[in-house]
Amino acid sequence: MSDTTVDHAHHDDHHGPEKGFKRWLFTTNHKDIGTLYLTFSLIMLFIGGAMALLIRVELFEPGKVLLNPEFFNQMTTMHGLIMVFGVIMPAMAGLANWMIPMMIGAPDMALPRLNNWSFWLLPFAFTMLMSTMFMSGPAPDFGWTFYAPLSTLYGPKSTDFFIFSIHMMGASSILAALNIVVTIFNMRAPGMTWFKLPLFVWSWLVTAFLLLAVMPVLAGCVTMMLMDRHFHTSFFNAAGGGDPILFQHIFWFFGHPEVYILILPGFGIISDIIPTFSRKPLFGYRFMVYATALIAFLGYIVWAHHMFTTGAPFFAQLFFMYATMLIAVPTGIKVFNWVATIFKGSLTFETPMLFALGFLVMFTMGGFSGLMLALVPADYQYRDSYFVVAHFHYVLVSGSLFTILAGIYYWLPKWTGQMYSERLGQWHFWLSVIGMNLAFLPMHFLGLAGMPRRIPDYALQFTDFNQICTIGAFIFGFAQLIFLYVVVKACFYRESDRKATSQVWEGARGLEWTLPSPTPYHTFETIPVVH
Amino acid sequence: MSKPRISHKRLTLILMCGVVFMFIFCYLLVPFYQLICKKTGFNGKGAISAAKVAPGMQIDYSRKIKVDFATTINGALSFKFLPLQRHLEIHPGEVKLIYFYAENTTGKEMTVQAIPSITPMDAARFLKKTECFCFTQQYFFKNEKADMPVYFFVDPAISKDIKEITLSYTLFDVTHYKKNQPHYAKGRIDLR
Amino acid sequence: MKNYGRFIVLLSLSLLTSLSYATSGINMPYGVSLLSHEIYYLHMAGFYVCCGIGAIVFSVLIYSLIKHRKSKGVKAVHFHEHLGVEILWTTIPFLILVALAVPATIVLKHIHNTDQSALTLKITGYQWKWKYEYLDQNISFFSNLATTQEQINNNAPKNPWFLLEVDNEVVVPVNTKVKLLITADDVVHSWWVPELGIKQDAIPGFINENWFYITKPGTYRGQCGELCGMNHGFMPIVVKAVSQTEFNQWVNAHQKLAYKKRHDDAVTLQKAHAAIHHLTLKNGGGLS
Repeated sequence: MSDTTVDHAHHDDHHGPEKGFKRWLFTTNHKDIGTLYLTFSLIMLFIGGAMALLIRVELFEPGKVLLNPEFFNQMTTMHGLIMVFGVIMPAMAGLANWMIPMMIGAPDMALPRLNNWSFWLLPFAFTMLMSTMFMSGPAPDFGWTFYAPLSTLYGPKSTDFFIFSIHMMGASSILAALNIVVTIFNMRAPGMTWFKLPLFVWSWLVTAFLLLAVMPVLAGCVTMMLMDRHFHTSFFNAAGGGDPILFQHIFWFFGHPEVYILILPGFGIISDIIPTFSRKPLFGYRFMVYATALIAFLGYIVWAHHMFTTGAPFFAQLFFMYATMLIAVPTGIKVFNWVATIFKGSLTFETPMLFALGFLVMFTMGGFSGLMLALVPADYQYRDSYFVVAHFHYVLVSGSLFTILAGIYYWLPKWTGQMYSERLGQWHFWLSVIGMNLAFLPMHFLGLAGMPRRIPDYALQFTDFNQICTIGAFIFGFAQLIFLYVVVKACFYRESDRKATSQVWEGARGLEWTLPSPTPYHTFETIPVVH
Repeated sequence: MSKPRISHKRLTLILMCGVVFMFIFCYLLVPFYQLICKKTGFNGKGAISAAKVAPGMQIDYSRKIKVDFATTINGALSFKFLPLQRHLEIHPGEVKLIYFYAENTTGKEMTVQAIPSITPMDAARFLKKTECFCFTQQYFFKNEKADMPVYFFVDPAISKDIKEITLSYTLFDVTHYKKNQPHYAKGRIDLR
Repeated sequence: MKNYGRFIVLLSLSLLTSLSYATSGINMPYGVSLLSHEIYYLHMAGFYVCCGIGAIVFSVLIYSLIKHRKSKGVKAVHFHEHLGVEILWTTIPFLILVALAVPATIVLKHIHNTDQSALTLKITGYQWKWKYEYLDQNISFFSNLATTQEQINNNAPKNPWFLLEVDNEVVVPVNTKVKLLITADDVVHSWWVPELGIKQDAIPGFINENWFYITKPGTYRGQCGELCGMNHGFMPIVVKAVSQTEFNQWVNAHQKLAYKKRHDDAVTLQKAHAAIHHLTLKNGGGLS
């Protein structure tokens, strides 16, 4: 497609984007759609975050504080669903939409109308999901992992809305992934060969394949739930010859690749940021690409490590333990390569680099707890305890979320033409790091000491650490308001002394840095040739 | 707009064929799975179909396996349901008979289904039942009592590490899910 | 500002390394069962490996963050690949993983060996309580949370075992291998007692097994380990390990309570047996 003549370019620049809300409803422009995804994600961050703070308020003291157990379960469920499906995934998709065409020298995504639909499915899906909180009867209250038969035989009426909402989110992800794969395969500028691609593009390519393979499995899983609930099937009901463990297999076959979907694009972002602020090329580019692919491949064959205590046979547990431990190898390669990139570089510590470094240290800590979780006999003690909660928050918050924040700080000057306030960025970073560690480090100890997950009230010996966690969570939560301020200011307030150059960052390399800041509405309408 | 490589009509036709093919494939999966499970013998935890004794199966007198029996009654079902023996010792390859006693104390007629479960998981596919009351739903009129048989053997291919197996049945009320099949197993003894 | 990063990382690392003592309440308990001991050692081994690798990686990183700053006038050195070092840091972690996998495999094999137990305890998870059946002693009872709603609602002072106390405890003898058969009645639950090193899911319609061998008399408490609905946090487990004599006394006391039920069952069984024997005598079939 890259050799089509550009006959439309000459009149588009004259009238620019449409005015008013129609622009946002009907846009097929990758930058607008990227903005829509990111704005949606930011709103959901605060909604999911508010739920997290409610949870932490309830957990401030051993007895009942504010929420009854039924509502508490709804909060933990909705918090998980919103953060996974409503914050991380849309934010990564937003960054993909903004950056991939510019990084490969393409004028837009391959399927722009499909792109628009992929985004607009999300607000409707989440309206449906969140409307369950206003229906009579409980909202979904079975955890974001919605195990059967709790969700099938014992699920509230709102479960069906939840199922349809998941279908819509899944469709959105599948179509977006499709778009990304087609774009990357077909629309790279001449000279932009595979091994010249920025790692963010590579990671999204791998992530898109993961999405295409496993989102349909999730759709199948929730459809089987719907069948069990309303059409007298017994997929997950022993009475009819079915098996609740079947649910767990199907869910985790989706669920494990899902967590790699949540982190791999983030790895790509970090791999672009660290070289910039080290003023050195990425160490071991090829190994980084291979490691990303290996992590994705291994991610398909480890799902049962979420099910070690379900009564699995000995050899199955061994296989999944070994395969899970193996993932530490390519992940380790990536961490070592990042450190090697930093080593003997010429470092500066602007906000994107701070978040990247915070990621590097804390994601690695999350990775360590993951390795401990892989050891089956030890996992017997860790599973469903706060040790697991600590692990996944380290890899998702100081992992995925930090990479998203890093990416936004990194590319915001390019998008808006405005340099954000570096001082505010630093405050945001340090408060986030302090809050995050206060909130989640004690959870490791709570889990080891025996505190289970998903309980609204707890035994007395867990009080002190829970209180530290709550304080940390509030610090972290309120720190994100700084980020909101920074983003809104950069988007809407033009200050002449904060203009960003086209290069923005001294060490930045890549096609996107050849464009003016702010980027014009249409870019690369004349396809560049890469040397 | 340059000429597409393939005409729109043809592409639409190919995509529609794809959809139809996927639909047919889903339907074919049912007999497909029956065939695969028969050939590979995958019966796993929920073995509610009869196993066949392989011709020439030898009894392995060199070792014994202890088989425990347990029962569970699901929900508020008011039934008595117990094994007539708690344990027995069996040589791999030997076929044995055990009875489970059930009594309907609900005060009305009931249809129940017993679902078997075997532990350890590594042993599950080696404990094969040739006759079992769990293969069909069991109808009980009011206050009826019955002894229900299970003929089973442990496949000699079982690992030498396995020395104990537990066979457990959970009894479910399926009165609302009555199936169109014979109402009880061969060999069921009704006690008056 | 520049020292903060170092400070926070070091603080986190020191917090992690200071918890070598299992009794501190912030580490996995060493426990009182043969399995819990093995699991504890495996956990600490994994932890030390992680600490070791973390120490190496983070020291290189911190060194670089301090020494290789542009503000110090450092110029970047341009190296960007090295096959040898890539192979090195692929194989060394791989070997470390193999070293961890070996003890993990051995401990797992022990967990799977439920043979030759002296006592069988059948555990059924309900919303929101546990049922315990001593299959060979014909004892069965439910075990409910004993903490009152007043305590939970902060209307009464909380006693020390808040949310960890039940009305009927599970009593088992020490130094006896106890086999557990675990199932559930409604949704998936999980039976977890940290000091015994046991967690096993309770799945409706299916049976799972596990075992423990308690070496020290005492009371050990646990909680349900799988979200099972509203009162998931309110169905604890209390296991009391006593001497064999005390256990026998407890069994007798409970059997007296269950005597009438057992008597009825025994009569039923005898009648049934008679019928079978009658049949088998006629048909010549075998029954063992």
